[in-house]
Amino acid sequence: MPSITITPDLIVFVPLALVAALSAIGVVALKNAVRSALCLVLNFFTLSALYFNLRAEIIGITQVVVYTGAIMVLFLFVIMLLNLGAPQLLAEKKDLKIGAGLAGGVILFGVIAGTIFPPLVSVNVIHAPTKYGEPATLGHTLFTQFVWPFEVASILLLVGIVGSILLAKRKI
Amino acid sequence: MITGAPLILYLALGLFMFTTGVVGVIIRRNPIVVFMCIELMLNSVNLTFLAFARYGLWYQGTTDHGDISIMNGPMMIIFVMAVAAAEVAVGLGIIMTIFRLRQDIDVDDMNLLKG
Repeated sequence: MPSITITPDLIVFVPLALVAALSAIGVVALKNAVRSALCLVLNFFTLSALYFNLRAEIIGITQVVVYTGAIMVLFLFVIMLLNLGAPQLLAEKKDLKIGAGLAGGVILFGVIAGTIFPPLVSVNVIHAPTKYGEPATLGHTLFTQFVWPFEVASILLLVGIVGSILLAKRKI
Repeated sequence: MITGAPLILYLALGLFMFTTGVVGVIIRRNPIVVFMCIELMLNSVNLTFLAFARYGLWYQGTTDHGDISIMNGPMMIIFVMAVAAAEVAVGLGIIMTIFRLRQDIDVDDMNLLKG
């Protein structure tokens, strides 16, 4: 185990990571769906701060705008619309599934960690140039090398819009 | 040579969030919370992509507009976000339709397609 050198990145990372981990647990553990959604909002904000810590500013801003601004608002809107206030409506059953799920999660964590972590334990040198997170670099790459995936993504979003309207209409 | 936080901490956080999402998908019965757990998994993968991009283990030198290979991770994040937005719009539409039909959205009771 190499000794951990204290760097500013690490000092910023640790509290953010703790908040992110706790709010991730909150999403799963809290019974009320609105509280889960608010925990997820907190998680997305801390992830955005972590992206800033990784010097990818434009991705952090996009995270806030897309996830916290659009997706979570949609989630909260649907929760309010369905009005699932009564807790007995979706009371979680205390059955075998919870124990099995937790055990499966621990096993999954162990397997992936045991496979991925050992070769990467001592990596802490940053090789990326500082401008890798800048909008100019991102846009240049998006519209040169990744222009076909970009077009496919636009078609996907169009299909998503049409599909959601089709699902939401009572009569076509 | 710039040293940051160890890469493994970012990977550990991403893996923890991913595992939490998997457990949530398995144990929760509210489909909206299941969707939120899927979002959690997508975001943990985004964090991992960005961490690998920043630490650039296979990065060779620089060119003027950035080495393209270093941008693969951030590009994946952009596309994951686009797919997540489309997925949430369609998925929540499906949940609304099911709720309109049955007045109940417990995923354990939805067995209409069971043979």
